[in-house]
Amino acid sequence: MKIIVNGQSLEVTATLLEAALGELGYGDARVATALNGEFVPGPARASTSLGDGDRLEILAPMQGG
Amino acid sequence: MQVYGVDIGSRLLLGTAQYPSPAILGDAIRASGAEIVTVSLRRESGGDQHGQAFWNLIRDMGVRVLPNTAGCHSVKEAVTTAQMAREVFDTNWIKLEVIGDNDTLCPNVLDLVEAARVLCEDGFDVFPYTTDDLVVAERLLEAGCRVLMPWGAPIGTGLGLNNVYGLRTMRAHFPDVPLIVDAGIGLPSHAAHAMELGFDAVLLNTAVARAGDPVMMARAFARAVEAGALARDADPMEARDMASPSTPVFGKASLG
Repeated sequence: MKIIVNGQSLEVTATLLEAALGELGYGDARVATALNGEFVPGPARASTSLGDGDRLEILAPMQGG
Repeated sequence: MQVYGVDIGSRLLLGTAQYPSPAILGDAIRASGAEIVTVSLRRESGGDQHGQAFWNLIRDMGVRVLPNTAGCHSVKEAVTTAQMAREVFDTNWIKLEVIGDNDTLCPNVLDLVEAARVLCEDGFDVFPYTTDDLVVAERLLEAGCRVLMPWGAPIGTGLGLNNVYGLRTMRAHFPDVPLIVDAGIGLPSHAAHAMELGFDAVLLNTAVARAGDPVMMARAFARAVEAGALARDADPMEARDMASPSTPVFGKASLG
């Protein structure tokens, strides 16, 4: 299925968020996720289903003021 | 200074953005003596490890992080960003920014108060980036904030303290609330002035990061903040309009 990851349309085979993160190369990266604008805590990723056209935001630590 | 039950030695909080290199950022943090640095969250692609490298650098410095909600323009955006930051940085602290105008980066104080209420109820320790408006400040305290961060001037301008009267009245109105001037500081003298007015700390980023020598400027700010705090504690003299000779007039020779 196609989902929008950080604004970019990508094809993923995983149907659960945690598996999709692995498939997209995040592995053990320190990131936070939001699906369709709603925060998904780390422990909930394994039970969070993905659907075609979902918008996934994957955010990492960054410099800030 | 104590914020949310934590004793903080340094009165200087430093942003981590816009430095020429990670090494210079690290040296600047050390030179500033800052114990709290601000950080953010941004998109990162799977193969990219910039965010992880940055986090490793900050973590190894042993400083406390204050994540921000920079760039958020709505309550929803700010609250979701804060939730994500809490998980990534493992802290309840959040520097809450809800921007209302893109030219001035002026806070949308109405949404700021609402976002602060939501986050305080959710267990966050909220550091609100606000204006010097006393009514908004009261509302933020009612929402659960226990520190206030009024702007000196718009973010990144380096204009210093645009409304000294407003900041002075804020200090007088909230004598027991930790007050941190956040944004607009361009020179160490601005920071010293804020401290002389009785503010508890200053938070700045661009003034150090964009200096020709960020490490030297970080050192300068550390001394300025300390000088301003010392001056305030030393109880400054009252200003007056007319001159008053400092050298004693008594005993002056008659030579005319």
